[in-house]
This record gives sequence, C-alpha cells and structure tokens, in this order.
Amino acid sequence: MCPPARDGTTEDEPVTDAYSDRGNKDRSIANPRDGASMSSSLKGEATPSTETAFLAGIDMTGGYGRGADILHACTVSVDPGEIAVIVGPNGAGKSTAMKAVFGMLDLREGRVVLDGQDISRLSPQDRVAAGMGFVPQVRNIFTSLTVEENLEMGAFLRRDDIRPTMEQVYDLFPILRDKRRQPAGELSGGQRQQVAVGRALMTRPKVLMLDEPTAGVSPIVMDELFDRIIEVSRTGIPILMVEQNARQALEIADRGYVLVQGRNAFTGTGRELLADPEVRKSFLGG
Amino acid sequence: MLNALVALMNFVVIPATAYGAQLALGALGVTLIYGILRFSNFAHGDTMAFGTMVTILLTWALQAAGVSLGPLPTALIAMPVGILGAAALLLLTDRFVYRFYRAQRAAPVILVIVSMGVMFVYNGLTRFVIGVDDQRFADGERFILSANAFRDWSGLDEGLALRTTQAITIVTAIIVVAALFWFLNRTRTGKSMRAFSDNEDLALLSGISPERVVMVTWLLVAALATIAGTLYGLDKTFKPFTYFQLLLPIFAAAIVGGLGSPIGAIAGGFIIAFAEVAITYPLRKILSYLLPEAWEPAGLVQLLATEYKFAVSFIILIVVLLIRPTGLFKGKAV
Ligand SMILES: Nc1ncnc2c1ncn2[C@@H]1O[C@H](COP(=O)(O)OP(=O)(O)O)[C@@H](O)[C@H]1O
Ligand SMILES: [Mg+2]
Repeated sequence: MCPPARDGTTEDEPVTDAYSDRGNKDRSIANPRDGASMSSSLKGEATPSTETAFLAGIDMTGGYGRGADILHACTVSVDPGEIAVIVGPNGAGKSTAMKAVFGMLDLREGRVVLDGQDISRLSPQDRVAAGMGFVPQVRNIFTSLTVEENLEMGAFLRRDDIRPTMEQVYDLFPILRDKRRQPAGELSGGQRQQVAVGRALMTRPKVLMLDEPTAGVSPIVMDELFDRIIEVSRTGIPILMVEQNARQALEIADRGYVLVQGRNAFTGTGRELLADPEVRKSFLGG
Repeated sequence: MLNALVALMNFVVIPATAYGAQLALGALGVTLIYGILRFSNFAHGDTMAFGTMVTILLTWALQAAGVSLGPLPTALIAMPVGILGAAALLLLTDRFVYRFYRAQRAAPVILVIVSMGVMFVYNGLTRFVIGVDDQRFADGERFILSANAFRDWSGLDEGLALRTTQAITIVTAIIVVAALFWFLNRTRTGKSMRAFSDNEDLALLSGISPERVVMVTWLLVAALATIAGTLYGLDKTFKPFTYFQLLLPIFAAAIVGGLGSPIGAIAGGFIIAFAEVAITYPLRKILSYLLPEAWEPAGLVQLLATEYKFAVSFIILIVVLLIRPTGLFKGKAV
C-alpha cells in the first residue's frame, strides 16, 4: 500500500516528521459542509465579465486557519474556451487563491460562483461533484499507485463506464498509455504532471484548475505540456492556472491576473499584460 | 546429516513458520491501521484477544452441543462470529473514541496514547468475561504427521511432526493474505484505501470518503486480528496476558518490514519468528549430527534462554531503526 507518500516535489510544504503528512494545515477538507446555500447579496463592484463568468472567485479575502489574511479582495475568473492565467512573485498568494476557489480555506469575505450558482459554502468534495477538477501544486499524484490506478481514483465518484475517458486521457498523453502499469512515483517530472492532469480530467470536469503544471520540468517538456493544455482548452473546458513561467503563460492566456501580496495588481488579456510596460518592468524582466 | 535436517525442520522451521504466519497476520493489522489512520495501535494485541475470546466462547457452546468438524478444530466454525464480535467492538470504539480525535486532526502521538487507554479497556473486558487463566479450546486430530510415524516410515533417529494447528495456521494465513492482496489491488474500495494511505488530501480531492475508508479498515483489522489470535490460541493456548505480550514481536515485525507496507508486515513476521525460534532453540542436537564426535559441543548451544525471547524482537527492532528507519520495504519512517 504505502511507500512513503512524499514525492520529492514538496517545495512549499515543510516536512517536519513522518507525522506531518497528515496533510496541509488548511481547513480540513475532510469535513464537508453541507448544503449550498445561495448567497443573495450581490454587492461586489466586479467587472461585468467577472460577474457572469463560468467560474469566478470574487473579492476573496481570507487566510489559513486563524492566521492573518493572505488574500485581499482578490478576484479571478474564467469562461469556457478560455485559459486564465495567474502570475506573480513567489508567496504572492497564487496557490492560496486557487485553494480559496476550491474551498480549501475559509473566506472571510467574497464568494465563489460556478455556472451562475454561488458555491462558496460547498466543501471541496462537493465542488468536485459539481464539476470542478483541481491539480494542486504539490503532492498531486498517488505515487505508490500505478498510472492507471491514479486515473481510476480520479474517476472515483463516477459510476458509469470510465474506459472512454481513460482512452481520451491516453490519447492526450500517449506516454501514459505505455506506462500505465508503472507506479506513478517512478515517472519523470513531466510525466507525473501528465498523470496529475489526467487524474483531474477523469471526472470529466466542467472546469479545470492547474497550480503550476509545468513546475520543475525542462523547457521542451514545458512547451509540450502547454500544447496539451491548449488542446484541453479547445474541447471547451475553461482552464484556470497558475504559472511561474509568466511570459509563456501570458502568451496563451485569454485572461491574465498579476497577483502581488494577495491583491490584484494588474488584470487584462494576456496580450495586454505582455504589452504593459509596468508589468514588463516588474514581472517579466523588462 | 539427514537427521540434522529433520531435527532442524522439526524444532525450528515448522514452528517458526507457523509462528511467523501468526505474527504476519497480526502485523498486517497493525500496518493497515498505521497506513490509513496514521497511528500505532497499542490496543491491537487486546483486539486479537477479544476476537479470540468470542471465538472460544462460541467454540465451547458448539462443543457442548456436539457440533464438530471431525479432524479439524471446531474453532474454525466459530471464527467468523469472533470476527463479527471484534468488528462490532472496533467500530463502536471508532465511533465513540477515535472519530472524535480524527475530527480534530489530532496528532498521531495523541492517538497512540488514546489507543493505550483503549487497550486497558479491552484488556479489562476480556479478563472480566473469560478470566486471566489459560484456556484450551483446540479439538480434533492433534497431528497430521506424528514423530513416531515419521521415524517408522523413514528409518531415521529423528522424528518429524506436523501438528494440525500448524498446518491450519499456514494454510489459513496463505488464503487470508491472498484475499487481502486481491482486495487491496483489484477492487475499487481496496484501491481507494491505498490511495488514501498514499495521499490523503488528493484522495479527498478525488471524492474518496474518509469515513468509509476508515470503516473498511476496521473491518479488515477485525478479521486479521481475530484470525491471528485464534490461530495462535489453537497452536499454543489462550491467555489474555500472552496476547498483550505479543504486541512487541508484532510491532517489531511491522516496523522491520516497514510500517504501512503489507508485504513488509509479512516478511517482518517471518524474520522475527525465525530469529526468535532459532536463537532460543538449543542447537546442540542439530550440531551433534553434523560435527565429528570429538567436536560435539558441551553446552546446549542455546544462544539465549527462552525467557529472553522478547529480547530478540527488541534487538532486531532497535537495529533496524538505527540502520533503516523506514524498514525493509520502505514504509513510512517511524
Ligand atoms: N498551508 C499554509 N498555511 C499557512 N500559511 C500558508 C500556507 N500555504 C501558504 N501559506 C502562506 O501564504 C502566503 C502565500 O503562499 P502561496 O499562496 O503558496 O504563494 P504562491 O503560490 O503565490 O507562491 C505565503 O506567505 C505562505 O507562507
Ligand atoms: Mg504556489
């Protein structure tokens, strides 16, 4: 069952001892909060495109547990057929924003809307069931399970035939078909990221969230992964992703968000941001 | 030469294999709990005692009613009920004790202490119902192959005996382990348990229900503990204190193999059992067949007295923890 769960990619998760792999210190995602109560107040002054977006985290303010706020009125959104990219310096709160959209931390203010429904009070599991797929930045595969078992676990909530979806994932990432009987922990960095994305696709999500899908892979593999992500996006699935490689990411972004210290510093289409001298100077190295 | 081999088989290999199978089943329970619930369950020995006690009580009732399996022990019929009894006890404990701490995401150290409390409760419960003394409940044919029969057949000086309980232990252990591995590797629920053990957060993001995984784990543990306990009781005798003492070799087996690794638990069980039996068995007899008469050892060539058998587990445990803390099969570091 259990070669160690650590998979060597735990860059922003300090490992203290064996017992610390109880998971992160986020609000327990094991305690589903029931019922999607519709929030009625629509006070936010968000731009129209955000208000009506398929998936939107609007004016999100909050942090981990009882700690200080990390996000300050942060807003991100994405529509079908689009790729929305969040960039920003290390520690800006990009991953935190993703977790907030996925319900893994308590929001003090703001809300999350999916397909016109306020889902702010849904547990992460319920959000999976509602059609959201999430690939976390770290520990995003089951290292001791085979590639195929990883995909099966991605489809755990489904009761119908998952073979066709699995074939689609294998068509998207052909290398995974060859390696399907191998423990996922034995694969290279790029292949692991493919497993992680494949696992999330197995639920046939209505929206896909990727936190640094190209972290730690070579430039060639990175281009390859971007191509695959664009391919997924072409099938109509909206993609919200965080990227370290800001320039490349913004080139394929329909929407771009520059996050600084938990706040939206710049927002626009990817092309607008790439052209913005301020953004170029501060975040793209001139 | 042949005599030496037969003596080795008779006094070391066969008993150690049976004992190893019992330890392996016990260690599998410990390792499953560690893999899924992330703590070392000190109540495991007493869980084994409780399941065995239920089995024994029913066995006596069946024996009184004249039910029997012929050459096989009646306890085999009673064992499923013993498993149900242990399962009920474990699920109740989980509902009223462990779940509370799980909801708080309590540190494993706290759960270990809690399990010690649970251990004392189980301990008292078993003693209260069945008493502290030795209980015998084995019946049926005692030997499959008796020493005398073997001597007559082979013409050797040494006899080779195979007790029914030893054979049953080994056969049952093989079946149980095969079934367990099939379950963990082939079924949806089993795979979800492995996934949960591997990466709890991602399992939750995949929609795997932790409470269900935990429940199935306790059911498996109940079965493993009761079977291990009953086999041990049949092979030796049933005495609650002995089961508490078994904790040490069982934990040693699980840790040596690598906590959280089922294969490791099995390997660890046999390593501990063979070491314990070989080191505490007087090797003089075996050597006397191998060495020329002049070299025949004066003493018993017993490396450690039987009273110190637990020291063997302990030493192996310490050595492994020093050299390879994750165990032979790379479990989670302790
Ligand atoms: N699990 C956590 N618990 C408490 N604080 C955290 C946790 N994860 C991240 N933080 C803090 O939140 C801030 C933003 O981190 P993060 O969202 O990971 O940044 P980014 O992904 O942009 O690099 C950092 O100051 C970090 O220390
Ligand atoms: Mg991050």
